[in-house]
Amino acid sequence: MKKVFINGLSAIGAQPVFEGFAPEKFVLNNEETAFCPVQPSYKEMIAPGAIRRMAKGVKMGIYTAHHALKEANNPVPDAIIVGTGIGCIEDSEKFLNAIIDNQEEFLTPTSFIQSTHNTVAGQIALEMGCKAYNFTYVNGIVSLETSIQDALLQLQFENKKSILVGGVDETAPTTVHIYKKVDRIKEYRDDEDFMHPTSKGTVYSEGAAFFVLETEKKENSYAELTAVYSSNALSKEAVEQFLEQHQLSFSDIDVLFTGNDGSTQNESAYLAFEAYFPESIRAMSKHLSGHYHTASGFALWSACHILKNQEIPAVYRRNQLQKSKLGTILIYNYDQGNHGLILLKAC
Amino acid sequence: MSDLKEELKSKIISVLNLEDVTTADIADADPLFGDGLGLDSIDALELIVLLDKDYGIKLTDPKQGKAIFESINTMAEYITANRTK
Repeated sequence: MKKVFINGLSAIGAQPVFEGFAPEKFVLNNEETAFCPVQPSYKEMIAPGAIRRMAKGVKMGIYTAHHALKEANNPVPDAIIVGTGIGCIEDSEKFLNAIIDNQEEFLTPTSFIQSTHNTVAGQIALEMGCKAYNFTYVNGIVSLETSIQDALLQLQFENKKSILVGGVDETAPTTVHIYKKVDRIKEYRDDEDFMHPTSKGTVYSEGAAFFVLETEKKENSYAELTAVYSSNALSKEAVEQFLEQHQLSFSDIDVLFTGNDGSTQNESAYLAFEAYFPESIRAMSKHLSGHYHTASGFALWSACHILKNQEIPAVYRRNQLQKSKLGTILIYNYDQGNHGLILLKAC
Repeated sequence: MSDLKEELKSKIISVLNLEDVTTADIADADPLFGDGLGLDSIDALELIVLLDKDYGIKLTDPKQGKAIFESINTMAEYITANRTK
């Protein structure tokens, strides 16, 4: 089985991450229940004729895909695989609202064309002129993990060398309104809601992260992407078995990166999982990125930089354990019965 | 007629999300498609909906569109002659 390396990456999110890894610039937002992304100027790389029709998610996806590929020296990808939880919801809302407002008449094409979940993957391919395998996974909280699983299988067992994989999700007003109504987004912020949540709902956000996965290790490789796993149930035995498949035990995990989302609805799953790893450094990311279906992309982007730099910035830390070397990071993400794991090794 | 032309320019900028374009940038006789404003076939569909929704004009023959949407002048003339609201 071939090894797979992360040779390029890029992200956009609630922190100024599109400029690179600069955690000293991160700002903790303890007031809002929904974070807005810090976005670059898209006009420099997307043609004006195309950009005027693009919703946020499409722009974030194209920008991060372009920069991840650039960092990996612009390989022609053998596949473009994108994960998204709710797809291009902004244009979906526009189209559905137009149906209501105009009493099912006067429906315009643009928002309909761009409202499908596979718009981002399609637009990336169009921008690049790439006719390779193009696929979008819509699988809730593990949409990115499922995309990575597909990429790993193709790289490890087929004759593929370079695959662009990423996750993107955007918000839209009606979606945020509905999520608040059903307690998916908090009504108000608690004092320490990511560490010890006291209310239902997450702090919501949006973002994109893309990665170039390749079978060749390069001088600028960030990490070895060893494995992913997703399931509707995750026992301690299942985690143990997953680690054993990669010749690891619980104590071999140097950093446990969890997606604690600040909701009492998901806290018990995170507490149970964290208890398996008493010897690991604990880190989290959603107090920085906010929660969205593919927020594990921000965690993966962060973990890659942490492995490469061999240092965990204080802003991510949940405990003060020290390790002489950071060799393995396990990213755990959970929401409403769905568990996702991403295993990384230093290279 | 000149009020209608200004109104059309504003609506086209808004409906087609023409960032960085102002009404002053669009001359009445400029071609809307091709070398002028650079609109394309998807924009043409948006303009057909605009005529129907805002002026009560239904274009049943798509071939008519080419002449009607040639410029702000031709659009304004056609709307003035055919509008039902």
